[in-house]
Amino acid sequence: MLETIWFILWGVLWAVYFMLDGFDLGLGTLLPFIAKDDRDRRVIYNAMGPFWDGNEVWLITAGGATFAAFPVAYAVMFNSLYSALLLLLFALIVRGVSFEFRNKVDSPGWRTLWDFCLFIGSFLPALLLGVAFANIFEGLPIDGNGNFQGGFFTLLNPYGIAGGVLFVVAFVIHGANWLAAKSEGEIHERAASVAKKMWPVFLVVTVLFLAYTYVATDLFDNYFKYPYLWMIPLLAVAGMLISRGSMGSGNWWRAWMGSSLAILGITFFGVAGLYPRLLPSSIDPAFSVTAFNGSSSQLTLKIMLGVALIMVPIVIAYQTWVYIFLRGKITDEELEYEEAY
Amino acid sequence: MDVVLLSRLQFAVASLFHFLFVPLTLGLSVLTAIMETRYVQTGDEDYKRMAKFWGKLFLINFALGVVTGITLEFQFGTNWSSYSKYVGDIFGSLLAIEATLAFYLESTFIGVWLFTWNKVSPRVHAMFIWLVALASNISALWILIANGWMQHPVGYVLRNGRAELADFVAVITNKFAIYEFLHTVSGAYILAGFFVMGVSAYHLLRRNEVTFFTKSFRIGVTFALIFALFEVFNGHLHGAEVAETQPAKLAAMESHWETRNGAPMYLFVVPDPENERNSVEILPIPGMLSLLAHHSPSAEVKGLKEFPKDERPPVTMTFLSFRIMVALGFLFALLTFWAWLKRNTIVEHPGLLRLLLFSIPLPYLAIEAGWIVAEVGRQPWLVYGLMKTSQGVSTLAPSQVMISLAAFVFFYSALGLIDFYLLAKYARKGPVAH
Ligand code: HDD
Ligand code: HEM
Ligand code: HEM
Repeated sequence: MLETIWFILWGVLWAVYFMLDGFDLGLGTLLPFIAKDDRDRRVIYNAMGPFWDGNEVWLITAGGATFAAFPVAYAVMFNSLYSALLLLLFALIVRGVSFEFRNKVDSPGWRTLWDFCLFIGSFLPALLLGVAFANIFEGLPIDGNGNFQGGFFTLLNPYGIAGGVLFVVAFVIHGANWLAAKSEGEIHERAASVAKKMWPVFLVVTVLFLAYTYVATDLFDNYFKYPYLWMIPLLAVAGMLISRGSMGSGNWWRAWMGSSLAILGITFFGVAGLYPRLLPSSIDPAFSVTAFNGSSSQLTLKIMLGVALIMVPIVIAYQTWVYIFLRGKITDEELEYEEAY
Repeated sequence: MDVVLLSRLQFAVASLFHFLFVPLTLGLSVLTAIMETRYVQTGDEDYKRMAKFWGKLFLINFALGVVTGITLEFQFGTNWSSYSKYVGDIFGSLLAIEATLAFYLESTFIGVWLFTWNKVSPRVHAMFIWLVALASNISALWILIANGWMQHPVGYVLRNGRAELADFVAVITNKFAIYEFLHTVSGAYILAGFFVMGVSAYHLLRRNEVTFFTKSFRIGVTFALIFALFEVFNGHLHGAEVAETQPAKLAAMESHWETRNGAPMYLFVVPDPENERNSVEILPIPGMLSLLAHHSPSAEVKGLKEFPKDERPPVTMTFLSFRIMVALGFLFALLTFWAWLKRNTIVEHPGLLRLLLFSIPLPYLAIEAGWIVAEVGRQPWLVYGLMKTSQGVSTLAPSQVMISLAAFVFFYSALGLIDFYLLAKYARKGPVAH
């Protein structure tokens, strides 16, 4: 029972991470294509400024909760994905410092350097996270001792790459929605048009990915066994439709919430399909790491559940407050603010 | 080189580098919060400018603390996966608690603090920086409980081939961890105090913004003095705890070879681990080591020869680091006391100001040396008495770790240099005018 609750929580943490940091990563990926001058770039930095760090903590918690609740999964997953994970971490390092460094030296070359770092540091994580999760969906070559029988390039199989593309597209549209909500004038128009143009791409890529998932993985088995699970992909579809509808009526906050829902739904679609496996083995299903053979002791799960049930709602409450409090558009006045990026 | 050695080097690089930024975050967040609180209390605009000026330096430093922390969090899985499986039940939960209790609070409110100077009342704004300061210190508490458990495991049972949690309260009230927390955090406060004193000294030597920097200086020196005195005291208690729980480490810290009663402390020693002795030992203080370690001048202190050769830590490195830290600890107490006496007229003491300016690196040295004592001195154990470092490592090809280690060294050096350059640049620039 506790194992199942933690499996769900595990999925929630990753899904919320993708939903929140997803728009930062998408916006960083968009930066070179959507910003025409320095003012545009500053609008983008300041649109993410107070949020990205708090969003990234969801990744730390997702990792930390994997370690605490499913130590075997944590060990096997991070050991197996060694090179991909370190690449991801270096990319996130480069992204994080770009915010702080960019405006600290007044030279165009310096700023261009950090703009490039923000782009790479956003695009690579989006891609790698997608590749990693698609690989988990289809199963990693894990042997009976929990050792990974492959290398970095094992991960770059067609289904893995499809997952990477899906994440990049989803995050970009999510980032464009955010920028449209947070900006005005020409940059707002450009963000809005990117979001609208990307929407059909998002739809096609999602449908193709689902079809490919049916062929390449056994995620759908759970859906045929427990039909009420179909609610989850329906939620993702609803999110996409809400997003498109709100784009048309110019309600960009709702469009952003729609893409949030879509990302939650897509992540949870995979997680529900995996259950009870955290890391399926492609060598032999018996070698898979599951919520039951890879979990912590009952006592630890109980204590951690207590911590999570008290702390996570508090965190959600104050982060929501911050999102609402700082929802204003980035205006010229905002950019002149002494502490602005 | 083998995977164990490479992973150890990588962990050492990553953690020592993280800890170049952590202590200033811990201390300067508190100091900035104190300054902003003074502003709320007095309405004196100087204190607001102080919070902004020191807060900016805090942020430049903070950025690197954040990004280098994430790699540490994931390195337990990437490089120490056998360790992670073995202790995840206890250790993993402490890390997860740290993140939910502290990291969210810290990273959310730092952004809010930065962007709301004109949006909320001064009182509420000051509360934001207090939340950041509180959160970073809570994070130190939990990570040090985790590290304290590796140093002195308690509250566990060995079951299913791993250490499982048996008594959570014992884990979080582990005396070793509490000493580690007090000692590390006080060290961080000393460092931040020296940083504020040193940067203020730079400007006071140029007679730039004299009132502003004298006020800053006074806050910095008082803070540093309190914790420099406390540090020597709690360091001693910490040492006595080490003598109880990790006698081999204590013997290495003192390069003490033969078990004996009434052990003296030699002020000058040159270890000779090859021949299991010291080649030079002069200026003994009779009974001092016994007194410090076991609170009695005649108590027995175990020597290194008591332990099998493969269970002794590297002696010279542990010994030298310990000496450096302790010498600096006494120096800080003296120096801050002297500076505190002159705090109101400090601008008229250029010699002292110059000394303080050049002392900025010293607490960094002490802190890194302290970690080397604690971590190298624990070797060959990864979890003291339970798991050797060589058993904790992941299954990786040496080439993988070699590449990542090279990337760490390259990336971190570049980012570290840029960060220190920016810190120096903005420290020199001084506060914005009224
Ligand atoms: C005594 C204090 C202390 C110690 C021993 C460590 N840290 Fe640390 N850590 C902090 C004190 C701190 C901090 C002061 O709270 C930081 C620095 C900057 C910041 O944002 O928080 C931080 C940041 C920080 C972050 C980023 C948090 C964020 O995004 O806001 C992570 C993931 C870690 N740390 C993880 C670790 C791990 C896995 C460590 C052990 C190997 C470790 N830290 C040692
Ligand atoms: C930030 C503060 C810390 C510093 C400066 C630090 C320093 C070091 C150093 C220098 C080493 C290398 C020792 C050697 O190779 O002989 C090391 C190893 C290690 N430390 Fe720490 N440490 C810190 C915090 C921690 C914490 C909090 C943990 C666990 C929670 C930890 C766990 C480890 C592990 C797993 C190793 C690798 C095994 C080993 O070589 O000892 N360290 N650390
Ligand atoms: C005379 C004064 C001091 C004494 C007697 C002392 C004692 C100790 C001892 C015994 C340890 C090893 C604990 C272990 O094995 O885990 C230690 C570690 C450490 N020391 Fe000191 N110390 C002194 C001064 C300082 C100063 C001035 C600083 C920094 C400004 C500092 C920073 C550290 C740090 C960061 C550690 C590693 C973390 C820990 O184990 O607490 N120490 N110290």
